[in-house]
Amino acid sequence: MRIHIQNGLLIDPAHQIEDIHDLYINDGQIVSIGKAPDGFQADQVIDAAEKMIFPGLVDLQTRLREPGLEYKATIASETRAAAAGGITTVCLPPDTSPILDTPAVIELIHRRNEAAGCAEILTIGALTKGLAGEEISEMYELKRAGCVGVTNARAPIANTRVMRRAMEYAANYDLTIFLHADDHSLSEGGCAHEGVISTRLGLAAIPEAAETMAVARLLMLVEQTGVRAHFCQLSSAKSVQMIHRAQYDGLPVTADVALHHLYLTDMDIGYFDSNCHVIPPLRGQRDKSGLRDGLLNGTLHAICSDHQPHEPDAKLAPFCESEPGMSTIDTLLPLALRLADETDLSTPDIISLLSFQPARILGLDIGHLGIGARADLCIFDPEARWTVTPDTLLSQGKNSPFMDWEIKGQVVQTLLAGKTVFKR
Amino acid sequence: MKQQDIQLDSQGRLRHFLTIEGLKRNILTDILDTAENFSTVGTRNVKKVPLLRGKTIANLFFEPSTRTRTTFELAAKRLSADVLNINISTSSTTKGESLLDMLRNLEAMHCDMFVVRHNASGAAHFFAKHVAPHISVINGGDGSHAHPTQAMLDMFTIRRHKQDFTKLTVAIVGDILHSRVARSQIHALTTLGVPEVRVIGPQTLIPKDAAGLGVHVYHDMKEGIRDADVVIMLRLQRERMQGALLPSANEYYRTYGLSPSKLRLAKPDAIVMHPGPINRGVEIASSVADGPQSVILEQVTNGIAIRMAVMSMVLGRGPEEEAEE
Amino acid sequence: MPENINVHALLEGMTAALRRRLQEDGIDDPLMIGIQTGGVWVAEALHDKLQLQQPLGKLNISFYRDDFTRIGMHPQVQPSSLPFDVNDRHIILVDDVLHTGRTIRAALNEIFDYGRPASVILAALVVRSGRELPICADIVGEELQLSDRQHVKLTGPDPLKLAIQESK
Repeated sequence: MRIHIQNGLLIDPAHQIEDIHDLYINDGQIVSIGKAPDGFQADQVIDAAEKMIFPGLVDLQTRLREPGLEYKATIASETRAAAAGGITTVCLPPDTSPILDTPAVIELIHRRNEAAGCAEILTIGALTKGLAGEEISEMYELKRAGCVGVTNARAPIANTRVMRRAMEYAANYDLTIFLHADDHSLSEGGCAHEGVISTRLGLAAIPEAAETMAVARLLMLVEQTGVRAHFCQLSSAKSVQMIHRAQYDGLPVTADVALHHLYLTDMDIGYFDSNCHVIPPLRGQRDKSGLRDGLLNGTLHAICSDHQPHEPDAKLAPFCESEPGMSTIDTLLPLALRLADETDLSTPDIISLLSFQPARILGLDIGHLGIGARADLCIFDPEARWTVTPDTLLSQGKNSPFMDWEIKGQVVQTLLAGKTVFKR
Repeated sequence: MKQQDIQLDSQGRLRHFLTIEGLKRNILTDILDTAENFSTVGTRNVKKVPLLRGKTIANLFFEPSTRTRTTFELAAKRLSADVLNINISTSSTTKGESLLDMLRNLEAMHCDMFVVRHNASGAAHFFAKHVAPHISVINGGDGSHAHPTQAMLDMFTIRRHKQDFTKLTVAIVGDILHSRVARSQIHALTTLGVPEVRVIGPQTLIPKDAAGLGVHVYHDMKEGIRDADVVIMLRLQRERMQGALLPSANEYYRTYGLSPSKLRLAKPDAIVMHPGPINRGVEIASSVADGPQSVILEQVTNGIAIRMAVMSMVLGRGPEEEAEE
Repeated sequence: MPENINVHALLEGMTAALRRRLQEDGIDDPLMIGIQTGGVWVAEALHDKLQLQQPLGKLNISFYRDDFTRIGMHPQVQPSSLPFDVNDRHIILVDDVLHTGRTIRAALNEIFDYGRPASVILAALVVRSGRELPICADIVGEELQLSDRQHVKLTGPDPLKLAIQESK
């Protein structure tokens, strides 16, 4: 299958390209940019005039809810929503049911995705068996089964010795460890950032120290064990400073931020809007600015969705009793691009944070439009306008904190390895 | 994010009573004035007025509380409403659709008002968001968030003794962190114009950013209680007396308990209040609780009039028109 | 239609009529109750002229109104105060204007919640057309035939004045 995409504004941060170029795809790979290869006969011509072409996005954390929680969402529903949002690769954390701690479960996911999937699924295996934080998992087996890294997700590892051993063992197999910085003893039972809002509303609070304490502890262990470490979804300005300092001191750690922490603060909880119940919690205005600064100064390397679709019931409860998490996969790209209006980040910077940089964190040759690369890309209409409603969200989870927001820009077509997986 | 206050109707009148926060001073004084009118009903031969005859009020208590439920029940009955007491144990706590199903069932029984008490902050707002439009919700206490009728009965009691709110120093002592009563009192006091509201307690029991509520924070009881016109003692939950928040009930009493000698630091005519039930010898000395400055039992009596006032104001809204005859 | 109603003259007439009535019925120590707010003003004047021994009672019938859910609360009205025991006593109930009769119905209900009086005499400064309940006054200051669009309003307490207004 030969595809010719014409007249689109190509944005490929990995190769510093930001110009109108034609793009040629053959057999799922990008074969040329600008000029047609000799003898290229297109089977399909896509006109992308007035549109932008981005590398397919790589989302470092996406909950698909399958296996185990299919009443919330499925691989089919969420990879389709991902494709509609321009995302061609999603990373699935291991807190599924059953937990991703054996090759069998991982194989099951890939098998199901072959049948239904509209995006590539990468799995991040469990760091400890059953995520129980006590015994390290069979990381070699997990790696062989295709895991791109290991993590304990948000399940606590109380015992520092176990954490240290797990890091050493991961380093042994050259596995990246994905860290969710949380001192469980400080955050347990909490549902909102400790500050004026939690004080006013009487909500059990999660102090900033729950994150910074854990960042400090984990940084020390990373330094000692030499593991390749990535910090997931930092929420506080202080954590960004600590990571920045560690990087300055030569520790090669990377970090990402969830998009909602760049737009929302605890003020958005209003009078107990359970769609704003998320862990780590929405923090203060200063944290929001600190996270944006972290993107600008290069401390944070990626923006992820931290997508967590829920069935309506999960949010039909008083704030703290509702299940945490937001459905964000549909809004990731257009809202991230809005940062170009609100910060000094350029559109290519933002695309890089959504594609090339997360791919590098994963150590994979995706997230760019180089010759020979897998043809993962999306065609984006920057002028399309739409409103976030339960109907416009493709995710099965309608628990978006951005409900009723007016959005500018929309993906019109997404290709995964040259195959159209979504078309509006 | 600016939200329309769901407890007010389009004309700014109380539709639900969920929190004091955000209510204007005139609504609070209307509640107090209306309660003043109801306060005599309890002393009459027939302790009942026919105001809410034919109305049905359901007390939905997800958290056990004999006293609050009893005063709400009594208030409703003195207004001639029919009362349904529904105790829902937290162990079987219904969530999501099943919780809404329960609401729909009560609505189908033609209830007009729900009084909700729940251990989760925001529960009253949650119910108010999901009830049918003709139903009103009154917050009987939600988690650590708000207990607006308790705060209003406290304001009523203060006004009977002190008249002018704008000249008062009020000290609230104890577990502010977990206290819905304190939060509602603070909003009520500041809205009614009290210039000096103090909160007193150990750092473990004062929420971060408490100053953001418009109060002065004191960790030394003797300093905080000095020259106060009103001293409000909060109840210390038994499970918080030991552990990481406080070392022991004894030490708490020595440092933050209201003893006669500490009370002498307040103004000589200061009144002592407590939302009850009292832990004698923990928050307050028996001699103070039963002493001449204590108005604790008055608070209980006033609770009925305040709840009658709120219920009748919320259910008695109607188009603005001049009473005619 | 009388443009200027002399309230003072009406009160004199009512006082005389009340004296006669009390004498006929052999009542020597009646209780007087005025209905807030206009009725209380009229009652104060009558109470004065009759030189009654017992203090004047005041009734705030807002808790007994049948139109409560339509008109809502008026918290600024003074609460009821009946500083005596009504059981087995003869009561003179006073209002400014008797119109539909609903206020009197509410007032009687409220009085009966305080006890069981021996009798109730109704005195009204103005009795106008428009009755909706089988209630009539025993002592009448002035009787007026008015259309639905006309309203009588007593202002006071000093001086007491009656005005007739026309609504559109």
